[in-house]
Order: sequence, then C-alpha cells, then structure tokens
Amino acid sequence: MIAGAAVIVLVIGTLAVVAATAGGLSALGPWDWRAVRFTLWQAALSATLSALLAVPVARALARRRFAGRGLLITLLGAPFILPVIVAIMGLIAVFGRNGLVNAALAPLGLGPVSIYGWQGVILAHVFFNLPLAVRMVLHGWQAIPAERFRLAQSLGFTPADTARHLERPMLREVLPGAWLAVFLVCLTSFAVALALGGGPRATTIELAIYQAFRFDFDMGKAATLGLIQVGLCLVALLLSRRATVTAGFGAGLDRDLPLPAPPGWRRGADTAAILLAAAFLLVPMSFVILQGAPRIPALPDAVWSAAARSVVMALISAALTLTLALALALSVAEGRSWVEAAGMLPIVASPLVLGTGLFLLLRNVASAPQMALPVTVIINAVMALPFALRILIPAARTLRADYGRLADSLGMRGMARLRLLTLPRLSGPLGFAGGLSAALAMGDLGVITLFADSRNPTLPLQLYQLMNSYRMADAAACAVVLMAISFALFWIFDKGGRLHAAL
Amino acid sequence: MLRFDRAETRLGDFALSADFSVAAGARLAVIGPSGSGKSTLLGMIAGFVPLSAGRIEWEGRDLTGTPPGARPVSILFQDQNLFPHLTVAQNVGLGLRPDLRLSPDQRQAVVEALRQVGLQDLANRRPAQLSGGQQSRVALARVALRAQPILLLDEAFAALGPALKTEMLALLRRIADRDGTTVLMVTHDPDDARAFAPETVVVMDGVAHPPMPTGALLDHPPEGLRAYLG
Amino acid sequence: MRYPALALLTGALTAATPVLAAGPEFTVYAPDYFASEWGPGPKIEAGFEKICGCDLVLVTGDVLPRILLEGDRTKADVVIGLNTDVTLRARESGLFAPHGQDLSGLTMPVTWTDDTFLPFNWSEIAFIYDANRLKNPPATFQDLLDAPDDLKILIQDPRSSVSGLAMLLWVKSVYGDKALEAWQKLRPKVLTVTPGWSESYGMFTDGEADMVLSFTTSPAYHIGAEQDTSKRAAIFPEGHYFMAELAARLKSSDQPELAEKFMEYVLSPDFQGMIAEANWSYPSKLARDQLPAYFAALDRPERTIFLSETEAEALRKPALEEWLSVFAQ
Repeated sequence: MIAGAAVIVLVIGTLAVVAATAGGLSALGPWDWRAVRFTLWQAALSATLSALLAVPVARALARRRFAGRGLLITLLGAPFILPVIVAIMGLIAVFGRNGLVNAALAPLGLGPVSIYGWQGVILAHVFFNLPLAVRMVLHGWQAIPAERFRLAQSLGFTPADTARHLERPMLREVLPGAWLAVFLVCLTSFAVALALGGGPRATTIELAIYQAFRFDFDMGKAATLGLIQVGLCLVALLLSRRATVTAGFGAGLDRDLPLPAPPGWRRGADTAAILLAAAFLLVPMSFVILQGAPRIPALPDAVWSAAARSVVMALISAALTLTLALALALSVAEGRSWVEAAGMLPIVASPLVLGTGLFLLLRNVASAPQMALPVTVIINAVMALPFALRILIPAARTLRADYGRLADSLGMRGMARLRLLTLPRLSGPLGFAGGLSAALAMGDLGVITLFADSRNPTLPLQLYQLMNSYRMADAAACAVVLMAISFALFWIFDKGGRLHAAL
Repeated sequence: MLRFDRAETRLGDFALSADFSVAAGARLAVIGPSGSGKSTLLGMIAGFVPLSAGRIEWEGRDLTGTPPGARPVSILFQDQNLFPHLTVAQNVGLGLRPDLRLSPDQRQAVVEALRQVGLQDLANRRPAQLSGGQQSRVALARVALRAQPILLLDEAFAALGPALKTEMLALLRRIADRDGTTVLMVTHDPDDARAFAPETVVVMDGVAHPPMPTGALLDHPPEGLRAYLG
Repeated sequence: MRYPALALLTGALTAATPVLAAGPEFTVYAPDYFASEWGPGPKIEAGFEKICGCDLVLVTGDVLPRILLEGDRTKADVVIGLNTDVTLRARESGLFAPHGQDLSGLTMPVTWTDDTFLPFNWSEIAFIYDANRLKNPPATFQDLLDAPDDLKILIQDPRSSVSGLAMLLWVKSVYGDKALEAWQKLRPKVLTVTPGWSESYGMFTDGEADMVLSFTTSPAYHIGAEQDTSKRAAIFPEGHYFMAELAARLKSSDQPELAEKFMEYVLSPDFQGMIAEANWSYPSKLARDQLPAYFAALDRPERTIFLSETEAEALRKPALEEWLSVFAQ
C-alpha cells in the first residue's frame, strides 16, 4: 500500500511540479491533438495485432515439445528488451529499401515495400511487443493445470472442445491484459515513431512532450500532454478490467504433464506459427549481430566500463522494481485494486516529465551529476514496474486463492510467509519480472539526457555518443554488446527463477 | 465449550446463522445440501468468514477479531492442505513454527509425528511424489503436532477410497482421543457420520441447527434433509 | 569494508571518474556528444585545467532546457555547445553575460558581432551522398526538387533536431513565398524524417537512402578517420544554411575571472586546433592552412546563408506550419 502511494506521488507529483513551474497548464494546438489521435490509433492497432498474432504462437509453443524449445521461448522474448535504436537497425536491415525482403521481392518483379510510414511504426511495435504478448498468453496456457487437460482428454474432447472449454476462457482472461500492456507501451512510444514514422503524420504524444521541452520550452504544454497520457492510461485500465473475466481453474499439484498435442493439420499450423514468429523476431536481430560483431574486439575501453556501470545500475534497478512490484502485487491480491491502477500508472508516465519533475524537486538538494545515476536507477525501476506487476499480479492472486487460507490457518505471517511461501511459489514469475526489469533498465536511455553525467555514461548513452561521432560501425558493435548484455541479464534471471520453481 | 452466540454472517444474499454450544471433546458431523453453508460454518470458526453479528466463543473467550492462525483451530480442506514446494517434513514442521526455525527437540517431534502416521521414510519427499492417502496422512501428522483443541475437516477425505477413508478416520480418532480434540467434520457420506460422530449438525435454509444424535437424525431425517439424503 | 558488495558497486559506478584536479570547481554544461572520449570534452577538460588551476566539471545533457529550468540558481559557470537557433530564447532569459572577446579574428563566412554568444565552430548544412552509388547528384537545390521521386533523401524533424530546423530555415531563405511548393516537391523524395541527426546518418551509411541532410564538413570524418573519399556534400549555388556552436558565460557565476579565461581559451589555438577532428567541423578562429590537410578537399559552397536570430525566430513558426502541413498529410 505504501509502495502504491509512493508510485502515485512520484508520477502525479512530478507532473504537478512541472505544471507548477510552468505556471499552469497550456492549451494544445491542432498538431498536438493530431498527435493524441495518432497515438491512440497506432497503439490500438499495434496492440490488437500483437495480441491476435500471439495466440497461435503461444498455443503452438504450449503444446509442442521439441529440442531447443526452452531456448526458443527465451529468444523470442528478446525483441521486447532490445534497445529501440538497436531494433530499428535490425528492422531496416530486413525490411528497409536495401533489406532482405526487398532483395527477395525484386527478382519476382514485386515491391519495393516501404518500412517508412505508419506501417513501419506498426511493424516495429509488433516486433517489440509480440514477444510480450506471446509470453503473457503462454503463461496463461501454462497456468491451466495439466489435470484439466487430462480431464479433457479423458472426456474425449476434440481440439475444438478443448479450445471452447479450456482455452477460450483462459484467453478471455489473459488477452485483455496482454492487449492493454502492449497498448500502453505503444502509447508512450517515442523513438520508434519518429525513426520509422516518416514524419509528423506519425507524431506520438511522447514526441510532442519532447518537442515541448526541447524546442518550445513550454513546460505547461508538456504537463498537459503528460496529464492526457495518464488519463488515457486510466481509461484503458478500466476498460481492460471490464473485459477481463477470471477463468478460475483452481490449483493443480506441480506435476509436469505435457499438454495434448493434436496431430494432423494442427501440427503443420503450429510448426508454421513457430517458424514464422521465429523468423520475424530473430532475423532482424541476427542482422544486427552480423553487422556489429566483427567490430567488437576493436571497441574502446570506455564502452566496457560503460557496460559494467550499466549492468550494476540495471541490477539495482531490477531489485528495486521487484521489491515494489511484489509488495504491490500482494496488496492487489488481497483485494486492494486501486493499488493495481497505481502500479500501472508509470507505463504512461512520460519519462521526460518524470525526469524533469524529479530534477526540479531535487535541484536544491543535489547537483545534476550527483543525481544522474541514482535518479536514472529510480526512474528505470519505476518504468519497469507495470511489466513486473502484469506478471506478478495473476501469480499473486493464484497463490492467495490456492494457499492463502492454509497459510493463514497455520499463522504464517511476515517474513516467514515471504520466505517459505511467497518467494518459493512466485520464483518463476519473479525471475521473469526481474529479468525483464533488468533488461529494460539496461537498454534505457530515458532521462539520461536531462541527468547525464559525462564522466559516467551508461552503455546506451555511449552508443549514441558513438553515432554522434560518426562512428556508425563502432555503434553497431556497441549495439551488439548492449543486446548481448540485456539478453544475458534477462536469461540469467528468468532461468534462475524457473530453476528455483522447478525444485 | 465452543459456543455460537447468535453468530451470523452475510455474503451478498447468502446468510447463515448459528446459535448453540458444542461440548469440548465432542465429535460432530456437519451435513446438509450442497451450497447450504457447511464450509461457511467452518470458515466462521476458523476466521476466514467474518461475522456480521453475534460472536463465537471457545472456553469463554471471544474469538471474533482473532486472526485465523491465532485461533485454537486446525483445519483440513478437501485439497491444498500441503505446500507443493515444501518437503513432507517441512509441511509438518509448519505446525510447530510457521517460520520453520525448528529447535532440535521440535525436529524430533516432527519425525515422531511422521512415524505415527507411518511416513518416517518419506520425510524428504515433496507432496507431488506421494499418493492421495499419503498426502492426507501428512496433513494429519501436522494436525497431531499442532494439537489445537478444535479440528475442522472440510470434506478432507472425500477424494479417498473407502478403505483409505476408514483408515484416515481411524487415525483421526486416535489423534482426537489422545488430545481430547473437539472435531467438526463436514461430510456428504451418512456412513462417515454414523461411524465417527455421535452428534450431527444439520445446515439448511440459512441456519446451522443445534447438534442432534446422529443415529436418530439419519433414521428419521426432517423434510429438507430427506430429499438430500435420498 | 563491511559490505563488500557495496564497495564493488561504488567502484563500478565511479570507475571512470578521473582523478580530481586541484583547485576550485568550474562547471561547464555541454551537449551529450562532448562527453565521449572522441568528442571535444576530455580535450577541453585537460587543456583548460592546465591553465586555470581549477577542476573543470563537465556536465552534459540538454544544455539550454536545463539552464532555463535552473534559472539563476544554476551551478554552471559557462555553457558550451548552444546552437545558433536558440540564441534569442537564451538571450531573453537574461541569464547570460557578455563574453568580452575580440571577434575581429574569426575565420567564419559570416560576420559575427554577438557580444554574448561566442562561436567556437561552424559548418553549413548540406546533403551528403555516396559518389560510388549516386553518379549524378543534383547540381542545384532546384535540381533536387525536380529530381525523379525515386531519389530518396533522409531529413530530420525540425521540432526535435537542430539540423532539421536549419533545413526549415534554409528552404525558407532560398524559396521564400514558394517554400510550401518546394516542400511539396521534396515530400515524395523524403524516405523518412528522423528525430535526430544520428538516426538518419546511420540509415544513410547503411545504404537506405541516396542522400542525407548533414553538414558540409561531414565528408571530413570519412576521409580523416576511414580514408574514404566517396562521401561528398552536394553543393548548391542557391547557398547553404550556416550553423555554429556557441559558448557563453552565466551571469550568476561566482567565478567571473575563470569564466573570462574560459572564453579566451575557446578562441585559443590550443582549443581551436582540436575542433576540426573532435567536432568534424570548421573551427571559428583558425587559419585555413592550420586545418588538417584533407579539409582542403572538402567542397565549399560559394554562398553561405545566415539569418539573424530575430529573422529566424520570425520565420520559425510559419515555416514550421508550412512544413507540418506538407508532411502531416
């Protein structure tokens, strides 16, 4: 509860400080409203596509067993944690004018297809967020106790029956959440929209905020836009709550029973879903690696010290996120649903507004370079919170439903309950959430421009510095390092959590 | 003595009231149609279901407001009585200390409790590696170790076969006799009631009726109960 | 230490912190790119500390927004790296003090008389192309507008990039009332508009487009650092828009002598001599023959266009509306 209140204060407080410093909110011009409309439209479309495409992929992954399946699931999660700039490099290598797709289409007399424009924004958003949606839906599949599938089999359910009685209720519960998560991520999209959007047609709210700060010096407008973002978040959250229906499968004992894998055309369809998703998500990343890897040995030492610094910051940030998220999730599971809304707020809080607000609040306490690293850590932790919550809340609810009364009747409270029940039962989702938080913190440029400390750049900042110094080849190599570390952090957390859960 | 003093609970348009006393050491069956509120009655005693009026007393002490873990109560559910990630010994040990920081004496007590239910060799297994009957015995071992004066059974053995169920009831009786435990057992099986409980509480039409002799009740059931018993 | 993990952490966070120089702290705000070991920051820090007896603290980030947020409570003694397009706004804040330098020896194609903002480098914006890929680059701006639409160019958003804003003023200066038509002709050739310079330049080097909006001095990097002479600036007889980066003193500084010394240092041969290869631009006060030899190979426009800050400010809003009306379609 305290954690929930703290998050609200941070998000709303920084907004208020920015507005107060500006002497009030400013009215918006027609271009700003256009940005609001475009933002909503692209976020809704991206979310719908990501959620729908996630279903066949997650189902295929849930019911098929093949060598390297675990690795593939982890790999498919990678785009979500890719730093935007790295992902865009990869997408252009595949879908750009000189890319793989156009090269393949040209001899057939087709194309060229253009990645630039709204279709590029949607493509990039689906690329980023399909992994998130797949993971959420896959979790949903795995949360149906294997006993239920066994029961279905014994009742002679056809795959269609299984879909109707088990899978569709699960999807009704999981999909609104997945849709909302993607929608909210896309609401605050900034760099993606501008790099691939092809111009001001594809201006998002976050970009408008950036422009208000940087070029108009209009903090009032920034605060107004920030407020609109928060408002949109609350509306979306409310809508998704309406749409969510709890499936109520109850608990199963932790037996590892494989899900039924229907043969016939469904096997072919599953294979196709997995292969297509893997190609769409992994080929762009392979290109980034191919382009950058050869230069890695030549990278200057500064890159490596920046990498070390970023890793430490990402770890602290992830620890902070997990602590907050666990406290919030347990509180939500106890029925305090406003806490959930509080925890989801940061997803649409503009990092720029957040950063500027903190900067204004703290300017009399510490100097900017002193604030740089701690503030970056805090903001990264808060920005990752909604994702961690999305993962932890359902798990915490299930935990409470299944074992809450038993633990209560045995008088398990406080640290003992945390140590003996909560942590071990939630280690899987905790590992996943921790990996996600660490990786997101690793790749985030976020508020660093306002708070940058030149003597201690983070790895993403270093990457931009390389690009700004024309060193595109070094930047490509740096991108590979950044990607590798983000990925390694995620993998270690996720694996650690799942290993522990399997004990 | 366990006393329901015009105890009442409301959950939406569902209501259940109870106003009677149960002597310490009594064995009671709780029967009634599905959805009549048998589990709710147990939940009121265990502290999961808050009272909207009245009070529940144990030996003259008001239990209202006491959290579930601090009540003189052990409860066994139909399932989910064991934590799947903890070993058998840990699951039993929770009955002594919810933080599992056991002293050597307490560890010995856990071993002893497991020996009494015949599971001393399975102390380091996890519940998923046990059969249903073994899982029930682990839960009973914890009940024995906690030695709370009130034991609530919410269809705890409903999933077991007749032979196993008889075995569990016997084990239960042994533990209850040793400690003089007051037992309330929700059951759907009239035979269980006859075999185990001299008295029976009928839960029907929003009321938990005062205990009546089981034999007489089942031989001449009142109107609503007759339909349920068939 | 009792907490080895904490020690490790502190160590990692501060690993790159150089040993502090002796003397009072002297705070300089600069853009991000200054900080990298290839940027001018480290050289400025070393060079100035040699003569000032102070500890120069370089703080990087968005310079002007930060100064405006902090107002007269800012810790900055001087700023470096402001752009010509923000001078009006910066001046109106009343936070800056005259630089006190003699401007007569500047080696810039425009006459500079500003007594507050001191230029330390300059260049013009231009479209860069790869001579191996684009055999017949447009010879004039008009040629560019009239080129077939499959000639693809990359530009930057004037609302988030200084080069993008300079392009806006460039088109307005060259085409005046016909600027809207010029943008309409350019529109189908624009592959995409990126938020900053680095994104579009990266796409250009990846071969995504034929030309990219950058600087007349951009080819210097490719010649100097990569021995690659294929990157060229397309020089248009209509003229090229001028951009300079500026340094300025803060009124609120309690170390005016050091600030004055820093302004002197900015125009000193030591500072000016490193600009060419640290910024890949022309230094503001350095004779041609003192530049690295390959700078002579750079194509130079015959005409340099520069608007006064009041002219630029007056044009900015309507020009932006024009641009938006074309690019938001």
